[in-house]
Amino acid sequence: MSLSGKAAIVGIGATEFSKESGRSELQLSVEATRAALADAGLRPQDVDGLTTFTMDTSSEIALARELGLGDLRFFSRINYGGGAACATIQQAAMAVATGVADVVVAYRGFNERSGQRFGQVQSWAAQQVNTNGIDNSWTYPLGLSTPAATVAMQARRYMHDYGVTSEDFGAVAVADRRHAATNPAAFFYGKPITLEDHQASRMIADPLHLLDCCQESDGAVAIVVTSPERARDLPNPPVRIAAAAQGSAADQYVMTSYYRDEIGIPEMGVVARDLWRQSGLAPPDIDTAVLYDHFTPYVLMQLEELGFCGRGEAKEFVRDGAIELGGRLPVNTHGGQLGEAYLHGMNGIAEGVRQVRGSSVNQVEDAAHVLVTAGTGVPTSGLVLTSS
Amino acid sequence: MSGPVRPVIGRDNAYFFEGTAKRELRIQSCNACGTLRHPPGPACPACDAYDRGHVVARGEGTVYSYTVVHAPKLPGKELPLVIALLDLPEGVRMVAEVTGVPPEGEDGLRIGERLVVDWNVIPPTGSGHRDEELTLPIWRRP
Repeated sequence: MSLSGKAAIVGIGATEFSKESGRSELQLSVEATRAALADAGLRPQDVDGLTTFTMDTSSEIALARELGLGDLRFFSRINYGGGAACATIQQAAMAVATGVADVVVAYRGFNERSGQRFGQVQSWAAQQVNTNGIDNSWTYPLGLSTPAATVAMQARRYMHDYGVTSEDFGAVAVADRRHAATNPAAFFYGKPITLEDHQASRMIADPLHLLDCCQESDGAVAIVVTSPERARDLPNPPVRIAAAAQGSAADQYVMTSYYRDEIGIPEMGVVARDLWRQSGLAPPDIDTAVLYDHFTPYVLMQLEELGFCGRGEAKEFVRDGAIELGGRLPVNTHGGQLGEAYLHGMNGIAEGVRQVRGSSVNQVEDAAHVLVTAGTGVPTSGLVLTSS
Repeated sequence: MSGPVRPVIGRDNAYFFEGTAKRELRIQSCNACGTLRHPPGPACPACDAYDRGHVVARGEGTVYSYTVVHAPKLPGKELPLVIALLDLPEGVRMVAEVTGVPPEGEDGLRIGERLVVDWNVIPPTGSGHRDEELTLPIWRRP
């Protein structure tokens, strides 16, 4: 028994991506969901399942009220910040594959720039009376309390172990911003950067420069999942969910898995092994990838965990435009979270869908197999999307 | 609120902060099999026992990795702030705030460098919220 091919993505929708939406987070999610359902050729009344992130501030029932939904038969949430992104699609696919629900919408909406900014110290995260709060007692009081700093600690050791340089990280930023520059939906539309710009940008958490860090954004994205049978009658060519996997590895923490013999992101290796097993594909089969890019070093480390290159070899893999449009593996053709917007990975899933449909503004020719990953440094998830 | 973010203290980590108040750097030990563990937890991963105590560390560590935080502002800290990940000779790893080391340049922190523990006593906040003195480890060059 396999999940592969048992569900399809039939609709995608989003609000504009901005720094100040001027609307509530719930309204953003309603707007994105309506857009996704319109794209799918479905009505709100067709939806009987909703899934999102535990971090989302809009409950499934609140969204259902605003959409005028009737009976909901499936609702669920996934933990661990951006690591939830692809897992929401896995939830939807599992619900559809088992007949628990017919049409499931995965959504994520927030005012992450004009409201609560994830890039700032989230003192509440250290005040939680739960195991996450206890875990954070080893870091926050000492000043290790921002996502950038927690990743910087990983990045510094990765540089030390494999001779990676800040310029190697910069290759990711340059690729993202090149792709964003030709994407009208991207916040940084028309604003490419050079490696010199990256190197000259101010230090945030050494070795991470400002241009190694994703944006903070306001907006929402929604994605509609249903069965392949139902998808046949809908207007868009269905995008097959060839694989959907979650992963957490031994001695896992949220952003601070520092206590393994070798630090790194083995949780993405867990995801990778299951993606290749479910899909029957291998890294050379992938035409383009959306790799979660809250911080550039993790894109290099993901390429290694996913099997696109060996350990420590990503620095060579990303050189000479290899991850840019026209390169051997175009990555983040929408501009990524550095270039398009930070929507906790959900905008990357939408780009994966566009690539399979052939409708991306930065279309990779004949893209038939697309890989998408979710937040790194946390328990995470991934997808392989293919044409039907 | 002034001062750094205060830790949530519960049954599974209280021994550590009770230790720092006495200027002891404690590492959880399993009373059944002796395994040392940091960060700690209620069930020994080596022998499944729930019987835990602690040892007092020598207070030395070797830099496994580090970062220098320049932005954003951190509650109760001055920037730039040097934070390291230390391998302790007892065999555990620990996040460490570092003082007295330049944030950059030739004299900046290096992987493999040895540091020793000292103590950072944070006075009551005056806010009424967990308003007691807090002592945290802070590391410096020997």
